[in-house]
Amino acid sequence: MSVIAIPGTRNLASPTDDHSAVRIALILISAAFVALFLLLPLITVFSQALEHGVGEALAAIREPDAQSAIRLTLLVAAIAVPLNVTFGIAAAWAISKFDFAGKSLLTSLIDIPFSVSPVISGLIYVLVFGLQGWLGSALRDANVKIIFALPGIVLATVFVTFPFVARELIPLMTDQGRDEEEAAVSLGASGWRIFCRVTLPNIKWALLYAVLLCNARAMGEFGAVSVVSGHIRGLTNTMPLHVEVLYNDYQYVGAFAIASLLALLALVTLVLKALLEWRYAGEIAAVHRH
Amino acid sequence: MSLVVTSVAKQFGRFPALNGVSFEAPQGAFIALLGPSGSGKTTLLRILGGLEFADVGQVTFDGLDWLSIPARERRAGFVFQQYALFRHMTVAKNIAFGLEVRSRSQRPTRAEIARRVEELLHLVQLEGLGRRYPSQLSGGQRQRVALARALAIEPRILLLDEPFGALDAKVRKELRVWLRALHDKTGITTVFVTHDQEEALQLADFVAVLNKGQIEQIGTPADIRRTPASPFVAEFLEDVSDARVLMPPPLQRAAVRLH
Repeated sequence: MSVIAIPGTRNLASPTDDHSAVRIALILISAAFVALFLLLPLITVFSQALEHGVGEALAAIREPDAQSAIRLTLLVAAIAVPLNVTFGIAAAWAISKFDFAGKSLLTSLIDIPFSVSPVISGLIYVLVFGLQGWLGSALRDANVKIIFALPGIVLATVFVTFPFVARELIPLMTDQGRDEEEAAVSLGASGWRIFCRVTLPNIKWALLYAVLLCNARAMGEFGAVSVVSGHIRGLTNTMPLHVEVLYNDYQYVGAFAIASLLALLALVTLVLKALLEWRYAGEIAAVHRH
Repeated sequence: MSLVVTSVAKQFGRFPALNGVSFEAPQGAFIALLGPSGSGKTTLLRILGGLEFADVGQVTFDGLDWLSIPARERRAGFVFQQYALFRHMTVAKNIAFGLEVRSRSQRPTRAEIARRVEELLHLVQLEGLGRRYPSQLSGGQRQRVALARALAIEPRILLLDEPFGALDAKVRKELRVWLRALHDKTGITTVFVTHDQEEALQLADFVAVLNKGQIEQIGTPADIRRTPASPFVAEFLEDVSDARVLMPPPLQRAAVRLH
């Protein structure tokens, strides 16, 4: 070779090759991983549900206990999601727009449901509100049922989905700062008007996105709800719990039919999320352009 | 005297931002608060705007106990360094905001608001841009929208927080001349925060030089130029003739190190 070797240039030609090899390997690994662990189970769910034809799957969904589970799940989500949206906006507003003592404590407390196992959170509610719990006898005297009833299921769901909205909004609202709100005050707007006309429009896409995630989790929650529900068929069984009951009864078509409904919900959420992200990207760009 | 500030002090935690500031200025005056960063000038302006609360001290303006009036009732037109325009609203909506949020009994009719917006767009020389969004405007245009928005509420006082700080030197000079002309036309009492000596001396009727939360000197630009009251003022003004003022702050620091 007549080329003069300069020390340290030995790798000059290869880095790009290496790079593309690594890139292809990484892509293949991720694709295989996604196919094996995410796509395959999803396909199995649908194929199992439709094993004996669409008619039987639909019949399993129309069955009264299944209908009651679907209604309960929708009801729980309809209560839990608005509660957490309200809380999430309040917390994000407080944390991003005001300075107060204990702010960082509040920020980390919001994360507790992410770090605690859902089963434990369910157990905590049983210990507090159950018959043998702290408030058990008082609640029984007042004739209020929380555990093994709708309120318990809602509480457990609220706990588990607690951080979704706040976590999504805090970084965005912190990034946007308080200038616009201050400008609105100096222009004579009241607090409520500032929220409706300045703050809310600036966070609406992020908020929608958070609501979708929160809703998906609220409908799909199993662990915490399982502990507090009591598994009463047609009464306190949510969709995920009903799937388990059917599966344990060897009613595979029914189990997978309900599971398919939940999976469909997840897919719809994903599509909406992708649409929002596409929309929301422009908005984020505007935030930074500003 | 119309604007009377008496021993205003403010602490952030243990850091004293303002250390008993007092001054007076007549109605319609153009006052510049001049000082280095951390001198308390922005804090003083924000107290005047009701966005910050004084720990002690009094302010009377136009015969009113100014600090007892909530920010939203002061009708103080505040202009921010980073414009703080409502990014999801058009320019016209931004300008109309202060009129549209009034209570029903005081709100002008739609047609009246539209007419006011047109008038203000004309005043800030942005005719035809009412339908644009803030992100579609240049920095100088945004700041003029911010001014129009502040003027829309017929402010009793205009408070400008380094309004040209984010603009390049050429635009800054143009806007400076334009702002002074605007002030002469409207006659609104104006308080203007800047760290640019040249800007303060060229624009204002009165310049208050702040340092470490205190006013070192207040007077007309000519007074301050002729007889600086302290070594700090003299040194701070010396920079005017220096090339440093034309450089952005990071370069200024570099230049200081090179000395």
